[in-house]
Amino acid sequence: METILEIKNLKTHFFTKAGLIKAVDDISFKIKKGEIVGLVGESGSGKSITGFSIIGLIDAPGRIVSGSINFKNEPLLNSSSNRMQSLRGNRLAMIFQDPMMTLNPVLRIDTQMIETIKAHDKNISNQEAFRRCRDTLGLVGISSPEERMKAYPHQFSGGMRQRVCIAIAMLNKPDLIIADEPTTALDVTIQGQVIYEMQELCKKTGTALLWITHDLAVVAGIASKICVMYAGRIVEQGSVDDIINKPMHPYTIGLIKSVPSQNKRGEPLHQIEGMVPSMLELPIGCAFHDRCTETIENCKIEKPIETNQSDSRVIRCFNFKDIRK
Amino acid sequence: MTDILKVLQVSKNFVKPIDIASKVVNIFGNFYNQEVVHAVDNVSFNVTSGEVVGVVGESGCGKSTLGRMIAGILPLTSGKLDFHDQHYSGFDEGNYKHNSHIDLKIQMIFQDPFSSLNPRQKIIDIISEAPIHHKLISKKDKKYFVKDILNKVGLGTDAMDRFPHQFSGGQRQRIGIARALAVSPEFIVCDESIAALDVSIQAQVINLFLKLRQDLNLTYLFISHDIGVIQHIADRVVVMYLGQIVETASSDEIFSHPNHPYTKALLQGVPTLDTKKKIYTPIKGEIPSPINPPSGCYFHPRCKFSINKCITDKPSYKEVSPNHFSACHLNS
Repeated sequence: METILEIKNLKTHFFTKAGLIKAVDDISFKIKKGEIVGLVGESGSGKSITGFSIIGLIDAPGRIVSGSINFKNEPLLNSSSNRMQSLRGNRLAMIFQDPMMTLNPVLRIDTQMIETIKAHDKNISNQEAFRRCRDTLGLVGISSPEERMKAYPHQFSGGMRQRVCIAIAMLNKPDLIIADEPTTALDVTIQGQVIYEMQELCKKTGTALLWITHDLAVVAGIASKICVMYAGRIVEQGSVDDIINKPMHPYTIGLIKSVPSQNKRGEPLHQIEGMVPSMLELPIGCAFHDRCTETIENCKIEKPIETNQSDSRVIRCFNFKDIRK
Repeated sequence: MTDILKVLQVSKNFVKPIDIASKVVNIFGNFYNQEVVHAVDNVSFNVTSGEVVGVVGESGCGKSTLGRMIAGILPLTSGKLDFHDQHYSGFDEGNYKHNSHIDLKIQMIFQDPFSSLNPRQKIIDIISEAPIHHKLISKKDKKYFVKDILNKVGLGTDAMDRFPHQFSGGQRQRIGIARALAVSPEFIVCDESIAALDVSIQAQVINLFLKLRQDLNLTYLFISHDIGVIQHIADRVVVMYLGQIVETASSDEIFSHPNHPYTKALLQGVPTLDTKKKIYTPIKGEIPSPINPPSGCYFHPRCKFSINKCITDKPSYKEVSPNHFSACHLNS
């Protein structure tokens, strides 16, 4: 299958007054056409910055220091801002965590949706654009879309607003959607609905999806590939089956073991000791070494490099082979 | 086993204050309907000593309001709360003569570890303020006392002279727990106490809750939207929908044999670590506005099994199997 997005050795650093923050530090992964990829990590692990880097939303003091992002074989990093603008919202779309912050509160839904179409297709007629908006809203499960299009964002509930955001992202049938924690602000029942709809839409339209989340369980059921991030690096990536059922990196193993349903009721949960390190003062060597159960001397001195275990499986750890036994 | 807490037909209404325009309308003799939100509507249940009761539901179902009333920081509109068979009104508006004996025995741990600690107080003062005020300890014992409590929640004694901003989220939640423990409570209300924490930290705090329960013989009311967590630590589960209890049962029972369609749908919607392509069969629609709740059973517009009776009659809350209560017309 055709590769839609290829990221190689991407480094996005923030040059703050307090010091250098390596928010994204040497990550590489690929997304194929129509594939759903889960990017999992705790807060501050750099997963959102990865999304922003792809779509070109890194502001000062942040900068993409090195690496490459190829979108359909076109390098994005050196493209002009005009070119980025024509891609953004057209071939490449993003859904953010908080739908209230994404939608303009003083514009009606139809205005905001038609704007998205017209920005990329100057020749389209108003009626045609309206029809497309209506159909897309229907697709994401909003009933009587024609009436609802005349509403303002505040007249929608949280789940409905997130659907509108999804519809806006889908409008131009992009090749890739980056979804940054799209269900975190939603209720369990609504989360189920949104996950279901995103999955269906990707199947129908062949859109690839990068699903950024802190919750492994959310992506376990829908993604075909998972990348686990810790302190700015992808520590392990592989097919969803490999990551969930045969994790190799001590961090992934810890994360999966600590999910309550993996433990007996009332028993103490498996816990990863210590806390997430500050990005300003990362430990030398492997950033996870002081919380890791499998630390060897080398971990404290050297940064582990990525090693390929198979075509799709990449891991960043010195001492993982012993764990697999 | 004795009942430590009895919640008897507790209700809480919030009334929207009348704005000037409506006041004018009232003066001219027109009747203006006040909007009343029935946040908690006629809720009753008992908590046995040493038990962990989990309260689950969507946002806006009244679970936090219920927790706040039990913890005594919100007045009740009607109903009664009994603690150790002793009546207490929780927070009594206009009457500030509290039964401080009971108030101290019920403590609360909040969701957001960032806004629930005073940023200008040192940890030693945050923890010792309440016990000193209530004369449980004297000022000169404060250092020794705080040291002991910090040890219990797994923080070093060097934490004492620092300020809240110097701690991470997980550590701050530990400070919140230490503050609640400082007055040696018997009953703790945890309102989404782990929701704001990182995944790897959540397990640590859940373990702390479990350990403290054993060491100090605590009883918890654990409010959470995270069903996985509730399944792990709760002995009994209360499911709420639009201010009412729809189902109560022991944890084992409710997760293996859910009775109410809402509970079933709620449990189905939870993402699990299962790599088989999951087919979500989501509940239709959204939680209705509590200002104008639907007629009959509040869940009927979203329910797959709704019958005519559901639209007209309110279902009664019945025992479907021993200690398993559910409010659904399909049971009759």
